[in-house]
Amino acid sequence: MSGKTLTRADLADAVVRQVGLPRNESQALVELVLKEISSCLAGGEPVKLSSFGSFGIRKKGERIGRNPKTGEEVPITPRSVLVFRPSNIMKERINTGLLKRKSS
Amino acid sequence: MIKSELVQRIAAANPHLFHRDVERIVNVIFDEIVGALSRGERVELRGFGAFTVKHRAAREGRNPRTGASVSVAEKYVPFFKTGKELRDRLNAPSKEA
Repeated sequence: MSGKTLTRADLADAVVRQVGLPRNESQALVELVLKEISSCLAGGEPVKLSSFGSFGIRKKGERIGRNPKTGEEVPITPRSVLVFRPSNIMKERINTGLLKRKSS
Repeated sequence: MIKSELVQRIAAANPHLFHRDVERIVNVIFDEIVGALSRGERVELRGFGAFTVKHRAAREGRNPRTGASVSVAEKYVPFFKTGKELRDRLNAPSKEA
């Protein structure tokens, strides 16, 4: 694995390069895409992006956890968690890309 | 929400852009994420979450019906960890009531 990490700026760069929009506008669009997805999920609605994957919400009931340091039992409150399911296309691209790099 | 609805919302907020360009922009963004992951890079979007790839070693699996052992090849699987801000928003008290 090359340790590189992509951020919002790299996504905006891709929009600049491939769509030809100015940088500040590209940044705003990346931000808006993430914002729309987040608000949708925050409102409890799943987001499905074909060829990428889907974000779903799972409700967790209350359960008993334990403080690992003190051994003390503490209740874990019910909560919603976000789960991401990658599409087959995404899994396929990542798998073939990385297996090829490994063998070369 | 599905991708076409996402495109719709972005387009509505950007009336100066052609609909097909908005579609391209959305595709470029997700394509870039998948491209980075398939080069072994990670993608970290503060407040939203981080995409990483995990390696799964080859193993001997079993067909649960017949019990026959089958070899499962090594593979790489994408993984998403929700960012702090989004995780907190999911559990905001306002909408759970």
